[in-house]
Amino acid sequence: METTKVIVGLGSCGIAAGGNKVYNKIKEMKELENIDFILDKTSCVGMCFREPLVEIIDETGAYLYGDIDEKKAIEIIDQHVQKLTPVKEYIVHSDLYETRDDNFFKGQVKIALRDCGFINPENLDEYEARNGYVALKNIAEKGISQEDIIQNVLDSGLRGRGGGGFPTGLKWRFALNSEADEKYVICNADEGDPGAFMDRSLLEGDPHAVIEGMIIAAFAIGATGGVIYCRAEYPLAIDRLNIALEQARKAGYLGSDILGITGFNLDIYVKEGAGAFVCGEETALMASVEGKRGMPNKRPPFPAEAGLWGKPTNINNVETFANIPWIIVNGPDAYAAYGTEKSKGTKVFALTGKIKNGGLVEVPMGITIREVIFNLGGGIQDDKRFKAVQLGGPSGGCIPEHLIDTPIDYDSVNATGAIMGSGGMVVMDETTCMVDMARFFLDFTQKESCGKCTFCRIGTKRMLEILTRICNAEGEEGDIEKLEELAYHIKDASLCGLGQTAPNPVLTTIRYFRDEYEAHIRDKKCPAKSCKKLLTYEVIPEMCTGCTVCAKNCPVDTIRGARKELHFIEQDKCTHCGVCFSKCKFDAIRVY
Amino acid sequence: MADVQKIIGDAVKVHGTERKALMPILQAIVQEKNYLSDEDMISVANVLDLSSAEVFGTASFYTFLDTEERGEYVVRVCKTISCHMAGKDEVINALEKNLKIKAGETTVDKKFTLLTANCLGWCHKGPVMLVNDEVYPELTPQKAVEIIQEHKNR
Ligand SMILES: Cc1cc2nc3c(=O)[nH]c(=O)nc-3n(C[C@H](O)[C@H](O)[C@H](O)COP(=O)(O)O)c2cc1C
Repeated sequence: METTKVIVGLGSCGIAAGGNKVYNKIKEMKELENIDFILDKTSCVGMCFREPLVEIIDETGAYLYGDIDEKKAIEIIDQHVQKLTPVKEYIVHSDLYETRDDNFFKGQVKIALRDCGFINPENLDEYEARNGYVALKNIAEKGISQEDIIQNVLDSGLRGRGGGGFPTGLKWRFALNSEADEKYVICNADEGDPGAFMDRSLLEGDPHAVIEGMIIAAFAIGATGGVIYCRAEYPLAIDRLNIALEQARKAGYLGSDILGITGFNLDIYVKEGAGAFVCGEETALMASVEGKRGMPNKRPPFPAEAGLWGKPTNINNVETFANIPWIIVNGPDAYAAYGTEKSKGTKVFALTGKIKNGGLVEVPMGITIREVIFNLGGGIQDDKRFKAVQLGGPSGGCIPEHLIDTPIDYDSVNATGAIMGSGGMVVMDETTCMVDMARFFLDFTQKESCGKCTFCRIGTKRMLEILTRICNAEGEEGDIEKLEELAYHIKDASLCGLGQTAPNPVLTTIRYFRDEYEAHIRDKKCPAKSCKKLLTYEVIPEMCTGCTVCAKNCPVDTIRGARKELHFIEQDKCTHCGVCFSKCKFDAIRVY
Repeated sequence: MADVQKIIGDAVKVHGTERKALMPILQAIVQEKNYLSDEDMISVANVLDLSSAEVFGTASFYTFLDTEERGEYVVRVCKTISCHMAGKDEVINALEKNLKIKAGETTVDKKFTLLTANCLGWCHKGPVMLVNDEVYPELTPQKAVEIIQEHKNR
């Protein structure tokens, strides 16, 4: 009989949901009661809405349990491991049962995330057991040339997953063709888009996949050094990267004459960011590695000609690198078999906002937004109405309900005015105000602007002021036009992608939800009932009991009425704070 | 009190004295004492043979390299879109009330600083806050206050 395996999900989200407690409880049971099974840990399988997760693998198959706490942990060890009867009601996924979460897995194709949730990310053996470092070994043993590797990557159709979507193979070829004594390969792990956490999960769940991808890129372009630029907000990712790098050095995947390839010397180190979004932009990132302010620089020269320390540099995103070993092992055609004509392969998306199943999914390009949100994502929380989805974070735009059947590929998404971006999908329902949403993204970019370009620095501030006014019932006729004009100039006169794309959320919301802007400005109303200053509060006479709670809690003392008598709100002093509404126990306050 | 000279000395042993060592050295100081004083930055400038304006210019660019005195625990509440949709305003209000300070301020006893941050990468589990290096997702106003209370008693 094979020994049963019990695996606890300990990515950041698993830990935050109480995964460590579950792990310790199971460990304690194992030791105290001397139960025979293997206890291991893994990272997130993307099913973040069911953390903590525990997987039990026995002779009959694999069973994934969700929403496990210490009590349920005792029960499943007792029932499933000891008495061999799976506890059906806690199972969220298994090939042997149908479960209510099955849709979450249907339609997913895991290439970049192939190991996430299946291996212990701190154990090199487990990575190797699933084809880990096979790509690199093939290159060494079969003597695959630099040019062949690059051709493979080109043929796969892989495009940069960091947002730009530039063909990865082409970028490598530029770097290979740049002659220099030193060259660098950089992994961009500065993920900062609001709504995105794909790279964090990948780094926490499968750091070796990213490292192997980097080593292959380094070999292909002839790099002599490597840097992973990881944002400081991701401490667990940084720890696991450092552990993985040390293992790779010991195993000879990093060092000199790697795997016997004479003259292939490489080491990689982790550079920790310090909380500046713009450092995700490649030229700013390199300035930051050099110890300077992270300000973007003019391109050309492109990094492939003169990058880090002025040397040819190839920079790719975390997810881009994670795809590489798979492509080398399985061949470019296998990768290109997924996706559409111009957008090959798969893409990882982070589902957040008003969606039922918040988490990570990897889907083939060309799948529609509807499929992702309603099939995999389970639809909208509380079964409210879908309104729009923001794709591409602060650089992207919103896609409204009538375009929900748009296929997710670079060209179709661009045609809507949004961008594919790095993969954040923020889902909005009928209660989300689109003007407020645009204001949020602009508040973000305005704060993160490095200040180098006047239009980005001051233009975004002026746009933010206008949007704030509109949300505060102070909008004026002509504001929309002013926003559009500012947007045009900011896009036109900014050096880097931050400024060039900052107005996108505003422009797409104006394009698709102009009537909402107009309602704010002309009628001083917020159709989504979200902007407090635009709401009117009124006592409903039939419901009011005269309990005086609203009057007592009103911070500006504008509610009149004696005890046990009908109350009313004097509108001229009302600050629209909403306290009366939330304090009333009799639903006697109407908001409109 | 943290011995900044020693921190700088230790960091130099690992990172050297080239320009690229600047950020790791500043990060090492912040790790220990949560912010960089003018004196600290001057010391670093001397060791790396840079002007202190260069050091200040670099430090002030990065949110996590604080140049203002911070409390023992720096609380950063994410203020961007997903956390907003999940109710971060109520969390911040509750924290302000409990700590008797406004966002951006430090308590008189220098124990807590309350800040807002741009996206912490926990969008599916908002609202979220960091207390120094520790992440606390899926907050409610009550949960946030309990976490602070627990730190008060540490
Ligand atoms: C403001 C700004 C922020 C960016 N942030 C990131 C990021 O966090 N991660 C990333 O991979 N690329 C980011 N990029 C894109 C990079 O500049 C670059 O295009 C990318 O790292 C290239 O890798 P890829 O070809 O694999 O996508 C950002 C760009 C801009 C303009």
